[in-house]
Amino acid sequence: MLEVRGLTKIFGGLRAVDRASLEVAEGSIAALIGPNGAGKTTLFAAITGFDRPDEGSVRFCGADITGLPPHLICRQGMVRTFQVTQPFAQLTVRENIMVGAYLKTPERDAAAARAEAIARQLGMGELLDRTASGLTVAGRKRLELARALATQPRLLLLDEVMAGLNPSEIDALMPVIRGIRDAGVTVFLIEHVMQAVMSLAEHVYVLSYGRIIADGAPQQVAADPQVIEAYLGRGAAQRMAGAAHA
Amino acid sequence: MNRLLPLGLILLVAVYPFIFDSNFAINFGILVLFFALIGQSWNIAGGFAGQLSFGHAAFFGIGAYCSTILQLRFGVNPWLGLPASVAGGALAGALIALLSFRAGLRGSYFALITLAFAEAFRIIANSLAITGGGVGLLIPMQRSAANFQFPSRIGFYYVIAALAVLSIAVALWLKRSRFGARLAAIRENEDAARALGIDTFREKVKVMALSGGMCAAGGTFYAQYYLYIDPAVAFGVDKSVEMLLVTMIGGAGTVYGPLIGSLLLTLVGEVTRNLTEAQGLSLIIYGCLLVVIIGFLPNGLVELFRMRRRRRA
Repeated sequence: MLEVRGLTKIFGGLRAVDRASLEVAEGSIAALIGPNGAGKTTLFAAITGFDRPDEGSVRFCGADITGLPPHLICRQGMVRTFQVTQPFAQLTVRENIMVGAYLKTPERDAAAARAEAIARQLGMGELLDRTASGLTVAGRKRLELARALATQPRLLLLDEVMAGLNPSEIDALMPVIRGIRDAGVTVFLIEHVMQAVMSLAEHVYVLSYGRIIADGAPQQVAADPQVIEAYLGRGAAQRMAGAAHA
Repeated sequence: MNRLLPLGLILLVAVYPFIFDSNFAINFGILVLFFALIGQSWNIAGGFAGQLSFGHAAFFGIGAYCSTILQLRFGVNPWLGLPASVAGGALAGALIALLSFRAGLRGSYFALITLAFAEAFRIIANSLAITGGGVGLLIPMQRSAANFQFPSRIGFYYVIAALAVLSIAVALWLKRSRFGARLAAIRENEDAARALGIDTFREKVKVMALSGGMCAAGGTFYAQYYLYIDPAVAFGVDKSVEMLLVTMIGGAGTVYGPLIGSLLLTLVGEVTRNLTEAQGLSLIIYGCLLVVIIGFLPNGLVELFRMRRRRRA
């Protein structure tokens, strides 16, 4: 469904994303992990048109979308959320979600109905008339998700929706994301919360210094010595192996 | 309640000249509605879409000059000049937006570039022959309704009333339409708006065209009412500030903010002017009142009504 080939994004002398290639299969949940500063958000931005890639290509459902502006990519069915939530602060939750819903319908009533349905699906039914600026962190994360879903995407790119949530909020959000996938939306997520990655993702890509250094099933990736070193430093994999033998 | 408000307003505006029929009162009504109209034009771009302009006089002046030049130089009836002005203002709005937003100007940079455009237009109007240069243009008096020069002020009153009510109708439509929702999204967070499939560039150009056209209608009305325009009146910073002020005082981004702000500011202006003979004192009082209003009600007078509703709830 999503095919990224040799994607490179350069800022000054820094190759923030360096020839990254990956694929996300339709109907799956895939994850992108990596240490802080690895370039995950930049990679998302380059895929969704917020940053024009310097090299490489992005194909979505067979069509080349490299370098298209974000609104056109969104209209083709790929939508992202932001790591730092970007609510329409002065608008109510309902109005926020309606902005997304208006992508597919010019009718106010239809957009409102869709917004309400999605809010209920995400457990925000009580908050519809609340102003977005008054939401908790967890509420804002859900609002990001709700707005994105309202555009009726085929592929949802989630940038750390779990970050900043407490364990019970994370437990509550996981089935929601699984439910979104079960409803037919492919999910690709950046995540630091390993518990979520392990239990949600079917395929994991690991990014370090802008490069994809490993990919595979979650268990397999977690045991990969290169991945361990990327997170814990050079030699860490060996020490861990040594400790296990001792 | 919300549905009755527009109807009540139309009724009030319609019967006002019958209740207060002095020349002073009619003129007062005209001023209130005039500033409500051009304030609303600013509000649609600045309040609804968050594109703050310091140079809306550009559109006002284009409206004033467009119909006046057509009339004086080409013999076009000002009633036909009015739609031509609206088209001219809309075109100018779209063009300024196109250039500014293509260059990626946002926030205070956009405000400054609009100010620069208005000043450029003022200087051009000052130096061309067709605009009469610094002397300005005097429209010969030929009092007849067919000529957009009403024998009595009441005629002018109903024209500006119709335009002001229309501008409020546009604002009401924006509050309930997809276009309006997209403008609010752009105002609140442009990146998030783009992520949700909104072509922010296009929507911003559209709203500036709408706002420019609306403002230009006010320009034509002004020229016909006073029968005289010059570059400083048409393109001066004063008009830009007045539009912004009535909206800010009333409540930016609200449907009735510009009307309420215009009512208060015109009232304060008239009262302070008649209060004292001392030169400049009225302006000092006017300024102090502005400070007080902005200090206590940073979201505008509309906030007063909201607070009452909240307390009741």
